[in-house]
Amino acid sequence: MKLFEILLLLSLIVCAISVAVVRDLLTSIIIFMSYSLIMCVIWVLLQSPDLAITEAAVGAGVTSILFFVTLKKIRAIRKEDQDEQA
Amino acid sequence: MSRLKENYENSRYRRFMRWMNGEVDLLDGVTDVRIPEETEPAPAGHGAAGPVSSADKRRAALEARRKESEEIFGPEIWPQAASGEPIFDRRLTVFRGVYSVMSVILCAVIIWVFLWTTVHLPPFGGADNPANNEVPRRYIESGLAETGAVNFVTGMILDYRAFDTFGESCVLFIASCCVLVLLRIDPVDEHSRARVRKQQENDRVFEPKNDVILQKAAFILVPLILIFGIYIVLNGHLSPGGGFSGGAVLGSGLILYLNAFGFQKTERFFTEKVYRRVTLCALTFYCLAKSYSFFTGANHLESGIPLGTPGAILSSGLILPLNICVGLVVMCTMYAFYTLFRKGGM
Repeated sequence: MKLFEILLLLSLIVCAISVAVVRDLLTSIIIFMSYSLIMCVIWVLLQSPDLAITEAAVGAGVTSILFFVTLKKIRAIRKEDQDEQA
Repeated sequence: MSRLKENYENSRYRRFMRWMNGEVDLLDGVTDVRIPEETEPAPAGHGAAGPVSSADKRRAALEARRKESEEIFGPEIWPQAASGEPIFDRRLTVFRGVYSVMSVILCAVIIWVFLWTTVHLPPFGGADNPANNEVPRRYIESGLAETGAVNFVTGMILDYRAFDTFGESCVLFIASCCVLVLLRIDPVDEHSRARVRKQQENDRVFEPKNDVILQKAAFILVPLILIFGIYIVLNGHLSPGGGFSGGAVLGSGLILYLNAFGFQKTERFFTEKVYRRVTLCALTFYCLAKSYSFFTGANHLESGIPLGTPGAILSSGLILPLNICVGLVVMCTMYAFYTLFRKGGM
């Protein structure tokens, strides 16, 4: 169990750094989403399941979706533009 | 017999209602954007200044702005005008270097401060931590008897500290109002109606409507998510969760449904009118109920609200209806955020 916690915390740090480092905005949002999911598991391990529910719904769900929509609005998702032209 | 008011059309109420219905715009003519007038005189080589057409004027303004931005940002902003010496280039390079160095130093300092604080925190769950004072003891010892909630996190949030939670709900509501003000596209006049139509066509291009995988997944998942959200809201005083978590889950379920099946399906049951009424009713009920219980509590009166047997679903007094109110407000806010970001309206 201790090892699992250390693994989770390490991947949390990796996610947090790579969100800032990654060039592509879409990728960084997906990493941010996985950060929220890892955080959600950590909340469960810290025995606060209500926070885990909120983190999963708000952090991984709604916030990332709002980021996606914003990226689409400012035409930062390249793939869609290519699909549209094709 | 009621008497008709003579100057009804000019009465204060009528004017207020007209303003509420959007018939008069108080800001009309106050906040319009004007293109700045040409200040420099017409070039002498072009002969006498004849009647300049508006297109010429606009082109000249564009040229002036281009020169201005070239001076500030260097020629790479306008690649087609690559001639001429960049004026601020060297200073800009120096600024960029200093900027990146300073940002790294700032990040390092913040990380160091946080780590330093974390090192000096008391151990997690220690017996003589400063958080272990008489307040949590009171909550733990007499929380069940005073609030009737088995999950005394909810008992704390919605009973001892219900005023904070009311503030949080209002903050959410105000945030959604701000998003509404910023992102709403008003489909009243002809120009913006055309824009809305264009946006919808655009939306259809981007959105894979009738996506089979998404629709099948949503067909299975959305009822489960909604039932789970309702369960969290209704069992807020018995099990982990409560209004905010359940409302967020409900909102995510609605967003998934909207993504899979499009706006036409959701507009059957969730329009802007529904949003406004549900939010207003929930916040008003919360405010009135909590005002009543604060009033009776502060004056040492009997509130007359039965606490019920702890552990039953209909127990713990006001907590269950308040949880439902908070859940409704949060659900509506999440959904409204998404629709406003998506198409600028509901």
